[in-house]
Amino acid sequence: MSAWRTDSGGQIDRARSISFSFDGRIYPGFSGDTLASALLANGVHLVGRSFKYHRPRGILAAGAEEPNGLVTVIRDRARTTPNLRVTQVELYDGLVAISQNRWPSLANDFGRMNDLLSAFFPAGFYYKTFMWPRSAWKSLYEPIIRRAAGLGEAPTLPDPDRYAQRYAHCDVLIVGAGPAGLAAALAAADGGARVMLCDEQAEFGGSLLGSCGAKIDGHQASEWARQVSSELARNARVTLLPRTTAFGYFPHNLIGLNERLSEHLSVPRAGPARERLWQVRARRVVLATGSIERPLVFPGNDRPGVMLAGAAQTYLNRYGVRVGRRAALVTSNDSAYGVALDLKAAGVSIAAIADLRPNPVGHWVQAARASGIEVLVGSNVLGTRGDARVAGIHLVSGTYACDTVLMSGGFTPSVHLFSQSRGKLAWSEPMQAFIPGASAEAERSAGACRGIFDLVEALTDGYTAGSDALPDSATRRATPVDWTSRVSALPVDYAPYLGALPGADEPGRQKAFVDWQHDVTVKDLQLASREGFRSIEHVKRYTTTGMATDQGKTSNLNAMAIVARNIGVPLAQVGLTTFRMPYTPTTFGSFAGASRGDLFDPVRKTATHSWAQARGAVFENVGLWKRARYFPLAGEDMHGAVNRECAAVRAGCGVFDASTLGKIEVVGPGAAEFLNRLYINSWSSLAVGRSRYGILCREDGFIYDDGVIARIASDRFHVTTTTGGAPRVLSMMEDYRQTEWPELDVWLTSTTEQWAVIAVQGPNSRKVLAKIVTGIDLSDAAMPHMSVQNGLVCGVPTRLFRVSFSGELGFEVNVPADYGLAVWEAINAAGADLGMVAYGTESMHVMRAEKGYIIVGQDTDGTMTPDDAGLSWAIGKAKPDFVGKRSLARASMRSPSRKQLVGLRTLDPKVVLEEGAQVAERPGLKAPMPLLGHVTSSYFSAVLGSSIALAVVAGGRARLGQTLYVPMPDGDIAAAVTSPVFYDPTGARING
Amino acid sequence: MLIIDCPYCGKRPELEFAYAGQAHLVRPRDPSTLDDEAWAQFLYMRANTRGMHAERWRHARGCGRFFNALRDTTSDRFAATYRIGTAPPVAAEDAR
Ligand SMILES: [Zn+2]
Repeated sequence: MSAWRTDSGGQIDRARSISFSFDGRIYPGFSGDTLASALLANGVHLVGRSFKYHRPRGILAAGAEEPNGLVTVIRDRARTTPNLRVTQVELYDGLVAISQNRWPSLANDFGRMNDLLSAFFPAGFYYKTFMWPRSAWKSLYEPIIRRAAGLGEAPTLPDPDRYAQRYAHCDVLIVGAGPAGLAAALAAADGGARVMLCDEQAEFGGSLLGSCGAKIDGHQASEWARQVSSELARNARVTLLPRTTAFGYFPHNLIGLNERLSEHLSVPRAGPARERLWQVRARRVVLATGSIERPLVFPGNDRPGVMLAGAAQTYLNRYGVRVGRRAALVTSNDSAYGVALDLKAAGVSIAAIADLRPNPVGHWVQAARASGIEVLVGSNVLGTRGDARVAGIHLVSGTYACDTVLMSGGFTPSVHLFSQSRGKLAWSEPMQAFIPGASAEAERSAGACRGIFDLVEALTDGYTAGSDALPDSATRRATPVDWTSRVSALPVDYAPYLGALPGADEPGRQKAFVDWQHDVTVKDLQLASREGFRSIEHVKRYTTTGMATDQGKTSNLNAMAIVARNIGVPLAQVGLTTFRMPYTPTTFGSFAGASRGDLFDPVRKTATHSWAQARGAVFENVGLWKRARYFPLAGEDMHGAVNRECAAVRAGCGVFDASTLGKIEVVGPGAAEFLNRLYINSWSSLAVGRSRYGILCREDGFIYDDGVIARIASDRFHVTTTTGGAPRVLSMMEDYRQTEWPELDVWLTSTTEQWAVIAVQGPNSRKVLAKIVTGIDLSDAAMPHMSVQNGLVCGVPTRLFRVSFSGELGFEVNVPADYGLAVWEAINAAGADLGMVAYGTESMHVMRAEKGYIIVGQDTDGTMTPDDAGLSWAIGKAKPDFVGKRSLARASMRSPSRKQLVGLRTLDPKVVLEEGAQVAERPGLKAPMPLLGHVTSSYFSAVLGSSIALAVVAGGRARLGQTLYVPMPDGDIAAAVTSPVFYDPTGARING
Repeated sequence: MLIIDCPYCGKRPELEFAYAGQAHLVRPRDPSTLDDEAWAQFLYMRANTRGMHAERWRHARGCGRFFNALRDTTSDRFAATYRIGTAPPVAAEDAR
């Protein structure tokens, strides 16, 4: 027999003995243990070092609120999970866990020095000390702080597991399967509702499983919970979700659940997912999230062996574990008496019950005294002794040797999810806690989470909540149940205690901890108040109380009470800090689900993708599109490829996949008027078969998008947009069509994916197309620059545009996307003897920059007017109105000192400016200096044999010929202001 | 994630919708008649309501239609959704 494991009792499976390791030592345990219960069954209390002072810390709780016992569970290098609470790790055979935040070992920790030097680590220490210089944060302070305050390490290999996601609807979602939740489920199921019941633990029952001595229907409470669970499991309309945490409450009754499917298995099954994220839309929600025992804040309250009283009871009754040999209890209420009696019956000697109440009376006190337990009334704690384990407690009446100190300050309702739902919390003076007030959602709290701790009352409240949650359409109501007659339990006075025990802050006393996980003491909170912090949100950030991964589950209310007292206002006025999701830490894997790797984002590929890939094209991402950037030959780098591609286009011809351009078909009797009102250009005057470069502004007068628009018929326009702009342009068009100009008879259809667009550019482009195009006269007279014709290309119907984005004679062949690859290949074949090359986006960029053609979003930034970009010629001057016109009429929009698009030629033609580099008026200026603008596009132009750049420069067009300076780390680069059109300024090559 | 009642399609999750700003702002018929101050009012000034707010949504990944909604910005409760060009079915002050 182990000294700590009982011979019988509890709900562990004593027939299934398993072993696990903690910090390299092998221990035995049983199936049904948590890591915490198994460690305690081996006498191990010391499980971690505290965050700031590296003090030895033991297991404080038995549930999700555990602040100290954070461990890393290791299966392999890819399956390493840090920061798990020992109380929530289910034991499996072969489990490997290590402690965190200690170096070199848990027993001998170097950081313990922090504790001895704690006078130097007051609240706000980090803010005060690590202030300057800013650069030291990244290189020096942060790494040191992070290493010293280690919270486990992330796995070093990618996560190999699958994470599932599921949506579900139900009539009633019940969160928490303690007494109130089970009763609610019974009622809702009895009414025939579709019910979902989730609980974070492996087993349903909550407090019934461990800390409840009552009998229900003549059964042990835990046995009753098991029977109810099986009854619910047999109901096809009830979904039971154990090991499932409701981590977030989102608007309109959407609840996020995290279900752990294989964490508890010794060998996880290969098939199913590791975790499943549920998004449940519930008609009604019943929150039965229970309560958390409130610790007492007294000097030395953080030594290993100091625990919540209810936790010790749970370890005993649920897991068959005695947490110590001799326990002292400190309490403000009756609940600890039941704990003491249970422990005593299990062979744990009780040093004393130190009751804070001056005059506790009732059957619990009598029962304790009758069993020979010393009860001290009006007691107080002056300190504790011991190091890696508590060895005694100093009470006002003397020192008591013990190896365990159990404390109870009453219970705090778990209002986390209620608060997340934006329900209003109400301060309860008798409970000294916030409880749910007015609901914001179709939701109702039941049981301990609204301060109903008594078992009969909690069962009744839960049953009523489940019954009330039945939809109006329910075929029957829940059968009334009289819980009083079914439960035998003695009443308990749950008198709470809030704040620090008297004198906990007196000089010379040991540290009295409020927040165990973040090492915040009473004195830290007092310091914050002394330094002038009043808002609880500020105190929280300054002292970091409640900001650890446990979100202050055990500490928030005590901290607030201490602050309220310090600054002399009622606690209700201090207000509660905000509860945020997730309730407990939730893995990224479950949020990401299948959206990883190739499935992270959709990928859009053009019809010629496989062709380009086969020829070794280098791709770039443009939005979701994959675009061929250049087509290197063997041994060629990007500059080599681009120089070759550009030269070939300018001397012969090239082919370029422009399919990613957005395309919108604008059709209807009102089409021309619609475009007139939207784009700055005039469209009524555009003849059928002709096209025009269109510019779209927002109502504020700044360029939003651009593209060539062709008139296919009097009532039909083929609008092109930028690659990234298609969705927002279509949305803007729809907005005006539907809401401002519903009188216009016009339809909009996105055709981006329907057309493959193949640009054929260069002096030989007409000769190439002549070989394969039928039904279209390609001559300049019949098909001049900026015209469009319908015909056939290799027998495929085409909308053929004569258009150029390269500055050369050029065409764009639009064919149905399914024919894109075949036509592309035919064009390449037709051009084989005419110097044809395939070119990518990089050469396209160089050639368009040589011509001074802007790219919206690169050369414009949302503050450029058409005139700033040198495009005022495009404005339909006779139009009474268009989107943006009124804004462009403002005086400041016409100021000559606005930044205008110009060209820059570096005086040294080999020097290529950096895009984004700033432009200054004079050389040798020291930063901060007045800046005139910046470089927007910059390339080396092979055809010109020099670098070229586009820039936006204040009053730029008036500066033609001036030399400006681009300040760089190595000195100023001199550049002359030029026209943005560097190549063929008269446009002779495009026409003809 | 909100549930939004598209007047054309019915209740759908927020994922299918795009927010489109304050409702009942009508583009002036002839903007050139507005002085800079009045134009700026139309262009930039928005209500930023705490409480019931008339706003536009677009069922972007559904029917594509713009519509109006009355939503309480403090609770996200929708009091009504209604078609573009129609008046709110309830006054914002009464919708609470
Ligand atoms: Zn719709």
